[in-house]
Order: sequence, then structure tokens, then C-alpha cells
Amino acid sequence: MSALQVQAGELLASGKAEVVIGYGEGTRGRVRPVFVRTRADVSLLVFDGRCTANLTVYLAKPEVGRMGKAAIVATPGAVRSLIQLIAEHQVDPGEVVVLAADDDAVTLLTDPAALEAYAAAHPVTIPPEAKAVTESLARMSAQERRAFWDAELSRCFKCYACRSACALCYCTRCITDMNQPQWVCVAPHALGVMEWHLNRAMHMAGRCVQCGSCTSACPAGIPIGLLAMEASRSVEKEFGAQAGLRCDAPPALSSFAADDRESFIL
Amino acid sequence: MTTELTFEPKIVAFVCNWCTYAGADLTGTSRIAYASNVRIMRFPCTGRIDYNLVLKALEQGADGILISGCHPNDCHYSTGNFHARRRWVVFRHMMEYMGFDLRRVKFAWVSAAEGAKWAEVVNTTVREIRELGPATEYTELHRKGVA
Repeated sequence: MSALQVQAGELLASGKAEVVIGYGEGTRGRVRPVFVRTRADVSLLVFDGRCTANLTVYLAKPEVGRMGKAAIVATPGAVRSLIQLIAEHQVDPGEVVVLAADDDAVTLLTDPAALEAYAAAHPVTIPPEAKAVTESLARMSAQERRAFWDAELSRCFKCYACRSACALCYCTRCITDMNQPQWVCVAPHALGVMEWHLNRAMHMAGRCVQCGSCTSACPAGIPIGLLAMEASRSVEKEFGAQAGLRCDAPPALSSFAADDRESFIL
Repeated sequence: MTTELTFEPKIVAFVCNWCTYAGADLTGTSRIAYASNVRIMRFPCTGRIDYNLVLKALEQGADGILISGCHPNDCHYSTGNFHARRRWVVFRHMMEYMGFDLRRVKFAWVSAAEGAKWAEVVNTTVREIRELGPATEYTELHRKGVA
């Protein structure tokens, strides 16, 4: 039995958790989420390099909430999104236990201070391909950037996998689903797609924890996480607030400072 | 008879009720003439001006956008303009990142006493947008349709 399975079994046996949300073996060599509710089933749990999906996305689901107190297997990115969910009062820190896993070890985190310490010790890692795209975008002119995003977004058929994979897209009614008034064109045409992704990026500003879940969920292979990441980086650069590091952080775009930059205002 | 077709930009102005709308009113009552290219939309506060309104205006064929409200510390609701200012910083950044021309979206603080400033802001905007020509980036997206 792996260290993860042992720890999960102890949590279930002691009643500290009633369900362990983790990764299990799926089909075609892929992993899938598993919800382990008995000690006998802990053998289903696996953790390796294939486990990149952010499982904290399940914490906001009412059917998962009904399973009782949860323990969650979390990558460093998932730990950050859990911190952000706590800061946004979506998760009660007392209601969830974290089995933080990285390549080397499994760490049990039970309180906000431990989560914050873990997040501080595991800084954001940007995959090399995302770094390469970011660097080439920085060298482009506005027209070239327009053409780049037009080409990338032309592959989007609005399956909303990016939204479903995102732990912080927890609104029960999304702006893109509204039709009175209809803010975002529903069709997956050039305009509707651009508006949807711009809206998502604006709604993730100061909240995206850069876990990379949306990019890996995209069936069209669009580096879609870059938009939300860029919005969050803009907030970090301008207002000094990085998402997913503090459980008591104020919401970046619902707060302000008297000396925020206004050089662009006439 | 000859008809000369010159480009007249359409500018949509989103303004707050308490400062800029009153300021624009003062421009009129002071008999200051300014460019008639602007369509003024009155909102309760700059904090109410959603970036989606800007997107909708561009989508419907606006060549330029002007957003204006109370100076900092003058907001009728105390903090609406401070919140708006933060949102605009991020919105501008995202527009730039996606390759849109930021020169078409202008921001200003115009108080209820600044009738002359309003005229100047509108005239400057109209002049600059006229030089840029008709907005095409956004309407181009319309034309492209389904990929």
C-alpha cells in the first residue's frame, strides 16, 4: 500500500473524513476521479504524473457535499485553489482535510495556516510550452496578437470544458448562459467565442491560481489558461495581490486602493 | 449636386449620473458647442458600467468608446469610481493582450462643474478616432462567422 492509501485509510477509519476524493485508474491508461467511502476501497487510489486535474472542483457540488466531510487529494495547484475557495467563503476550512501530494511525498493539511505554508513552499510552475507561448506573445505587435488569438480561438466549439474543469468557476448561473439580456453570443462563431473567453478571463482576474486545469481540459488544445493567467498576473502586477496564497485575502477586484494607477484616465 | 462622403465616427459615451452627465448638461447650458458624434448613455455610477456594455457597443458598430465619471473621492456612492478604476486597468490589459486597439476606448474624470472639460474630452476623442478611421477589428469578428 502506498503512503497515500495508508493515510486515506486512517482518515476514513478515524471518521476524520467520510469520503476521500482522489485519482483512480481509468481507461486507456488515463486517471479518473474516484470517491472512496470505505476503507476497503482505498486500494483504488493512485497518484503519479498523470494526476493533473484539479479535484477541488468537486467540493462545490451539492451531491459531493451530501457525502459528508471530505478529504481531498490535492496537487500544489489544487491547494492554491482550495485556499482561494476558502478566501471566497465557498468552502469552510473545518469541513475539508487535504492530502497534499507532489512527486515526492503526501502531506496531511488540516488547517488554513498549514495550507498557506504548503502553498508558499510550492510556487506556481508554468509548463515550458505555456512559457514559450507567453514569450512569443510578448514580442508580437497588437495585430499579430489579434491574429494569434483569432487562430487559436477559431478551434473553440464552446464545450465549456474550461469552465467545468475550473474550481473557481462555481457560479450556479454563468453569464454566458444568460439570455435576458444576452451578454455573450451563444454560437461558437468568432465573436461569441472571443466574448466568452474575454468574460471568463475578466471573471478570473485576481482569482486564477494558475493550476492549468482549463488548458489540459481543452479538447481543442487551445492554451486557454493563458487568458485567465494573464488577467491574474495583471492584478498581481498592478495591485500586488496573488490569488491562492492567503485564506483571508480580500477579493482583488471588489476592493481598491486610493492610489491605484490612473495614468490612462483623461 | 455632388455628395462627398466623409467618415464621421460614432462615439458611445457611458457616463455617470452624478458628475459627467451633469457636467455634459453644463456644457449645453453654457452654450459650448462640441462635436455631435457622441451618444451619451447615463448610468447611476461608473461602478455600474460593465465592460460587456463596451463590448456590445463595439459589436453594434461604435468607432470609439468614452467612459467618464466622478473624480476620485467625489463619487456619490463613495467608492464606485475606485472599483471601476481597478476593473478598467484589468480590462484594458486584457483587450491589449488579445490584440485590440486600446486607442478606441477612452476614460476620463469629468465633474459636474467641468462643462468645458467635457467638450474638450469629446472633441479630442472625435478627432483621434477620425484619424484612426472606422473600427474594423470587432466588426471583422462578426463577418467571420462560424469557423
